[in-house]
Amino acid sequence: MRDHPLVQLSLARMREFVREPEAIFWVFGFPIVMAFALGIAFRNRGPGELRVAVARGAGDSVLAATLDRSPRLAAAVLDSATARLQLRTGRVALLVVPGDPLVYRYDSTRTESRLARLEVDGALQQARGRTDVVAVRDERVTEPGSRYIDFLIPGLLGMNLLGSGIWGVGFAVVQARQKKLLKRFMATPMKKSHYLLAFILSRLVFLFVEVVALIGFGWLVFGVGVRGSWLLLAGVTVLGSLAFAGLGLLVASRARTIEGVSGLMNLVMLPMWILSGTFFSYARFPDAMIPFVKALPLTDLNDALRAVMIDGASAAQIAAPLGIVALWGVLSFALALKIFRWR
Amino acid sequence: MKRYGALAAVDGLDLTVATGECFGLLGPNGAGKTTTIEILEGLTLPDAGDVQVLGMHWDDGAGGRALRERLGIQLQETQLADKLTVRETVDLFRSLYKRAHTVDEVLDLVELQDKRDSWVNKLSGGQKQRLSVACALVSKPDLLFLDEPTTGLDPQSRRQLWDIIAKFRAGGGTVLLTTHYMEEAERLCDHVAIMDHGKVIALGSPRELIAGLGAEHVVEFALTDAASAPDDAALGRLPGVQRVRRDDGRIALTVREVHRALPALLALLQTRGAELSNLTTHHATLEDVFVALTGRHLRDA
Repeated sequence: MRDHPLVQLSLARMREFVREPEAIFWVFGFPIVMAFALGIAFRNRGPGELRVAVARGAGDSVLAATLDRSPRLAAAVLDSATARLQLRTGRVALLVVPGDPLVYRYDSTRTESRLARLEVDGALQQARGRTDVVAVRDERVTEPGSRYIDFLIPGLLGMNLLGSGIWGVGFAVVQARQKKLLKRFMATPMKKSHYLLAFILSRLVFLFVEVVALIGFGWLVFGVGVRGSWLLLAGVTVLGSLAFAGLGLLVASRARTIEGVSGLMNLVMLPMWILSGTFFSYARFPDAMIPFVKALPLTDLNDALRAVMIDGASAAQIAAPLGIVALWGVLSFALALKIFRWR
Repeated sequence: MKRYGALAAVDGLDLTVATGECFGLLGPNGAGKTTTIEILEGLTLPDAGDVQVLGMHWDDGAGGRALRERLGIQLQETQLADKLTVRETVDLFRSLYKRAHTVDEVLDLVELQDKRDSWVNKLSGGQKQRLSVACALVSKPDLLFLDEPTTGLDPQSRRQLWDIIAKFRAGGGTVLLTTHYMEEAERLCDHVAIMDHGKVIALGSPRELIAGLGAEHVVEFALTDAASAPDDAALGRLPGVQRVRRDDGRIALTVREVHRALPALLALLQTRGAELSNLTTHHATLEDVFVALTGRHLRDA
């Protein structure tokens, strides 16, 4: 068993990998650092107090005092030039110019400013005697699953599977080719399929560590849970990892130098990092782009991971995105085999 | 026959290597040695010609693999994985063969037992080369290919490798090696083919090739005043002189008997009033054969 070429080739791959401290960091450490930093930065604390300014003029201090009484607003009286500067640089969300009529100056494309417009108007109108005609009651929810970190962790997991598949396989293959080690193996009775399978097998071992580390971190630090079946989640990550290993092989199939393959890898990965909904939802892109975005394997993997982790989806519900991921894997593996440069 | 564009890297070679012998491909860099050995190893496809190794032809399938089981190959430029240990590297290579030495056996053969747990990137040049040969020997090969096994090694490491090759041959193995060190070929090889510009320019045992010069010694000298040198005809008339060659101010005479030629040379120089600045004699080597055939030295060829 230990003497089987597949075992020895996989062992060699794993040994080389774990003896490379940088690789360990980028594959295991980096996503966790990223999750931690983003999780802290975008933790749900609500919009907080909105800063608004009142320009100098008749009755400015009364206006400011009225606004300041609202718990969601912080108002200050500023001279006109300073107020406009602060508005332009986003330090205040809205500027009230006293007079009749009152003027609200704000940028209507900024969510914060529109929120300030509502709050300011409500506070001022009420102070001047407006009464609400419908009785309402607020009910606040903060549930796991709706926070940014819940969105982020599956995305980071997908990105990590992409990165480790392409880097882990691509660099190792091209390095072996550059050092003529690939040619040396071709001088032995080694089966080509064993060589390639060893990459896949060693990837699966590391995959397990990656997934457990990232999901464990999300659960311990931010309470990010997995709503769907663990088994399905494992299946999705394995499928994603295999597909990206295939893509890694394809990227590395011809390149003779590390420099050459690095460029190719970035060319493949960068668009997906941005487009595939890792850090923000791809729904923000124009409708015309969506079909293209959805054809990318990372988009589908992220969708499937989120569906399982956040929505608790069943296998049947994520069959379509999984099918696209699998198709990418099969096609790139087949093409890689066909055009692979063995020496 | 192998072409790279318009350049014929190897052209019209006809070689036979007998079982149990050590055969050397000799020549300067770029002579086509590596192309030749890689065609024999089945790593490069010839554009034309017929290659038989251990009585078999290369094919891509099971036949090729069966042939590879019986070969040991060391390539010139391979760098083994830096961060595997010596033992792990040998273990990896032995797993690729059906019939293989144990790790201990092969490390004993190449005397790397004390380095078995060192990473490859911590080894010296000579140790790396021995490991590379260990990976070739691990398959208990019938035929061992070595491509410039000692290039760039210090004399002691070179001698260690020669011992490893001698041990392998003592067990009945056949060796085909390339080198541009003539003294290495003389020492190791039963037969050599001297190559230049992709062609074999001489073939035979080192002794035969040297004997082919017609003389076994070389007398080289230089004069303080090059203008006072006797002409080729006068030197050629000295007793036992076979060839006269001038090279960058030095004159080399290939002679049959030093004890006759040397006094005559000294007498000739004295009558012309020429003063020696340097005089050496040595047994003719394959280097002299190469020089005689091409007019160039190996090192600067």
